Amino acid sequence: MKHFYTWAGILIVVFFSVVGDVLMSRAMKRVGDVHEVWDRHGLWRVVTQVLSTPTFFLGIAAMAVAFFSLLFALSWGDVSLVAPAAASLTFIGNAFAAKIFLHERVDHRRWLAAIMVAGGVALLAG
Amino acid sequence: MRTGFRVTFRKYLVLAGVTVFAAAGDTMLSHGMTQVGHVSIHHLQGLILAVLNPWVAVGILFLLAFFSSYMSALSWADLTYVLPATSLGYVLLALVARFALHEHISIMRWLGIMLISGGVGFVAGGPSVTEHTDESDSSLVTESGAPLVGVDR
Repeated sequence: MKHFYTWAGILIVVFFSVVGDVLMSRAMKRVGDVHEVWDRHGLWRVVTQVLSTPTFFLGIAAMAVAFFSLLFALSWGDVSLVAPAAASLTFIGNAFAAKIFLHERVDHRRWLAAIMVAGGVALLAG
Repeated sequence: MRTGFRVTFRKYLVLAGVTVFAAAGDTMLSHGMTQVGHVSIHHLQGLILAVLNPWVAVGILFLLAFFSSYMSALSWADLTYVLPATSLGYVLLALVARFALHEHISIMRWLGIMLISGGVGFVAGGPSVTEHTDESDSSLVTESGAPLVGVDR
């Protein structure tokens, strides 16, 4: 049963991490290239544009839920399993989500990169 | 259809910031928290005291810098382009542990370093932006109405 809670916790962390990253990416794409905006209109314009994007706050909320879920998951399972499993599954989940929700062209090169990075993180942190 | 932007030196600096600030922030925070000790969920005021620890405070500043760089990078690059850069922080920490702190790194960890570096190399060699919906195209047009024409590399 402990195993079930651990993996359920890991999947919840991965879900909210992916949702947070996707929402943040979408929010910043709406804001536009911040270097451009900063150069043309100054830093204040960047700040107001970010703060007037509702998706930004949803992204922050999802990231906060992911963070606290990670704390709970760490109290259910071993850190040597939870941390690398959550980190590496997030890379794979993000590749899927970026393709489906952000319409990024995730080609063979990026799939391979996501799998290599996920494997590498699991080996390094494990 | 746009398939990519040229990544300028300034943008590589932002990506380097994503990597370095995350690794430095995490390290300082974890070092600081070992000094602070256990924080119980029933005594959350301990967290406020933790912020007074200089390592924790500087760690939080670094993580804020990381988050700003991360948001900046996401404004001009794909999520699947930026995320592998964040993973380079793990490699950086392992290399610091090996060469500055003279810790032993196992074969499996070296393999992990090679996998991450290879994965990042794969992504870095491709275009930084590939989104191709009408909506995202229109949102990435400059104020003068001219599209930010991408350059395939």
